[in-house]
Order: sequence, then structure tokens, then C-alpha cells
Amino acid sequence: MAGGQEKALRRRINSVQSTKKITRAMELIATTRVARAQVRAREARPYAEKITSVIEDLAASGAAASHPLLATREVERVAFVIITSDRGLAGAYNSGVIRAAERELMARRLEGQDYSLILIGKKARDYFSFRHYRIDESYEAMTDRPTYEDARRVAETVIERFEAAEFDEVLLVYQEFVSMGTQRVAMRRFLPLVSVETMAAAGSGSAQAAALYEFEPSPGDVLSALLPRYVESRLFSALLDASASEHASRQRAMKAATDNAEELITKLSRAMNRARQDAITTEIMEIVGGAEALGSSGDEVEHDVHDFETAYAEATQEQS
Amino acid sequence: MVLQVDLVSPEGPVYSAEASMVVARSADGDIAFQTGHVPFVGVLQADRVKVFLLDGSEQLIAVHRGFVEVSGDRVTILSDVAELAEHLDPERAKAALERAKAAISANIEAGPDLFFDKLKAETRLKVHDTFMGRD
Repeated sequence: MAGGQEKALRRRINSVQSTKKITRAMELIATTRVARAQVRAREARPYAEKITSVIEDLAASGAAASHPLLATREVERVAFVIITSDRGLAGAYNSGVIRAAERELMARRLEGQDYSLILIGKKARDYFSFRHYRIDESYEAMTDRPTYEDARRVAETVIERFEAAEFDEVLLVYQEFVSMGTQRVAMRRFLPLVSVETMAAAGSGSAQAAALYEFEPSPGDVLSALLPRYVESRLFSALLDASASEHASRQRAMKAATDNAEELITKLSRAMNRARQDAITTEIMEIVGGAEALGSSGDEVEHDVHDFETAYAEATQEQS
Repeated sequence: MVLQVDLVSPEGPVYSAEASMVVARSADGDIAFQTGHVPFVGVLQADRVKVFLLDGSEQLIAVHRGFVEVSGDRVTILSDVAELAEHLDPERAKAALERAKAAISANIEAGPDLFFDKLKAETRLKVHDTFMGRD
């Protein structure tokens, strides 16, 4: 029946409307989170820059001593540190990272290398455990609001395992935050660190005249105290970047969902209005038909109305 | 001539001030910086850093590990665990110290984290005592 159709449509409109409210709220939340994540990334910059500049100073003083974290070995096993989110509803945010990592992993296996997986975020863990990959470590509840302590915990494990030669190279895979509208998958070599000179060259180039620096206890000791901090700080900035990207992706996905819901509501309202009008027309026709049947002896009834009514009655009979 | 002092943690700048002198404890013992110090990079021990402010007061900072870098008339302290003395909570530090001690004595294979916790609590208490004693 037409009335039933109208009711069903109204119910659907209501449900789409509440979905829209939710996606709209998530969109707004994500927007503020992106802003906050960007502020945090900006605040983290002075420390990272200062560490890099101290490394520049060290490089300038010729203290590029050998250190386990700088050791380049032949790669027998490669470790992947993959940063994803704990929650979905973020568009292609997670799948982009996971796909890039898996492709590289396949390529490395073809070259005869073994792999280790260090996963950050529930999504990566779900994906790789479902496909029966061997997972070495997995962390959760880090990516929404990463803290330095989180970065330190992960970096500690990675450094420990790398120094124990459990793996010979570490790749970091995450979504890099370019702008609000653009994030791209970044795959970076995390360990071994490039030589101190290269790190220094990537810095701001503000190194002072080299020979002037005094190091205590010694350049080598400073370096070995500094490198783990440098690794931590790099991982921390990757986590912050990933978190900003996650919220930006979610913001975009939720905006699309809200727009779609709006469109759907317009379409459904139109269908509902049509159904309502149909129902009213039918009802009027029924009343007119009834009245006419009662007063059928009278021949006042205009012919075209009569014709229309018979045609309509036939049509509804066919339908039911 | 004044020294520009900045305390920077990985999560953001923590403290910044202008000072006449900074005393820190590096690997070989206390070291003081005044304007015109040679460029210097040192590994800090878990201890206090004393900043002598221009108005004659002192600012105490508990630093549990980190570096100090001096160049020009800027002193930068890089630390992932540093607190201003007035923000320390002695009760919490005491409780943490007890917890760490108990955990260490209960566990022969105590990891470096536990010792670091113990050291952190001890440093906090020490810096807090200095802070209170001064007033």
C-alpha cells in the first residue's frame, strides 16, 4: 500500500538523518584534532632541531665515531615499523600504508630477505594477523594522541633488537602530513642511521666553527648518548605526523559521508512526498468513486471524470 | 650581557628565561656557564640545574637525563624528563621511590627502567629538598 511505503521512507529518512548527525560530529571533532596535532608537531620541532644541530656540531668536530646504530650490515632481515590507526572511518588512511608496506615486504622476500613486523595501531595488527604474518611487536592506543613516552617505548625495543642484530635494516612506513588536503605514504629508512655527516647536512647548516666546541665527557660519549634520543625524536615526529594525517583523513571521509547523507535525504524526501501525494490522490479517487456509485442513478456526472475513474480503478486493480 | 636559557622537551618548550648564570651537573661534576662561555655540549647527570635569574632569584629544575648545549650566549637544556622544582610533588616522589625500591628488591632481574624510576624519584626528592630549604 502507498501509505506503508510512505512510512517506510520516513523511517529511512530518520535513520539517515541520525547517521548524518554522527558523521557531522565526527567531522568537527576530527577538524579540531588536526589543528591540535599540528600544534603539537610544531612544538616538537625545537627539540628535534636542537638534537640535529648538536649532531652537526659533533660531525664538525670529527667525532663521527662508529656506533651500533650507524652500523650498515648486509641485510638478511628487514624490520617494518608500520604506523596505522586504532579506529577506522578514516578513508584510505590505513589501507594506503598497509598496502605500501606489504608490497615492499613481498619485494624483500623475493630478494631472499626475512622480515619482522613492529606494528603500531590496531588496524595494522588486524590486517597482518588475519593473513598469518609473523608479528614481532604490536602497540595500541598510541596514535590518537601520541606522547613522547610512546615513542620512547617503541624506539627502545627497536634499538635493542637492532643492536642485537635481530634485523639489519628498519623501515618506517606511515602517512606523511603534507597539508590538510594531502597526505602521502612515506617509507623511510629508520635504521641504521645515515652517517653523522649526512644527518648534519640535512640540518639547518647553522653549525658553528667546529673546533670551538667542547664535549663532555667526550665526543664519542656524547654521540652514544645522543643517537638513541635522536631515534626517539624521529619516531615521535613520525607518530605526530601520522596522527595529524589520520585526523585529516577522517575529517575528509566524514565530510564526504555527511554530504552523501544530505543527498540521500533530499532524494528520499522527494520519493516520500511523491508517495504521499499518490496516497492522497488515490484516497480522493476512492471517495469520488464511492460518492458516484451511491448516486449512480443521477446522470449529472461528467463523462470525462467517469472515464478517468474507471481507468484509474483498472490501473489500481492491476497493481494489487 | 645576559644568558638566554631554554629548557626544551620533545613535547615542546618547557621553560625559558634570561639569566646571569646557569649551574648544571655534567658527567665530570658541576659546571657553571656565564656569558662568553666556549661552545659546549655535555651529557647531564640526573640532578638539579640551577638558573640564576637576573632579579637575583634562582630557578631550580630537576633534570633526569639530557644534554646541555651552550653556544654564543644561549644555554639550551634538552631533556625528555625535566621538571621545574615548584611543580614537584614530594609525596608522589616518595611513593614512587618506595614502589621502585620494592620492585627492585622483589626482582633480581630488575630492568634498567626500574633503576631509572628509582633515580628519578631520588632526584625529585633531592631537588625538592633544596627548593624548600632555600625558602
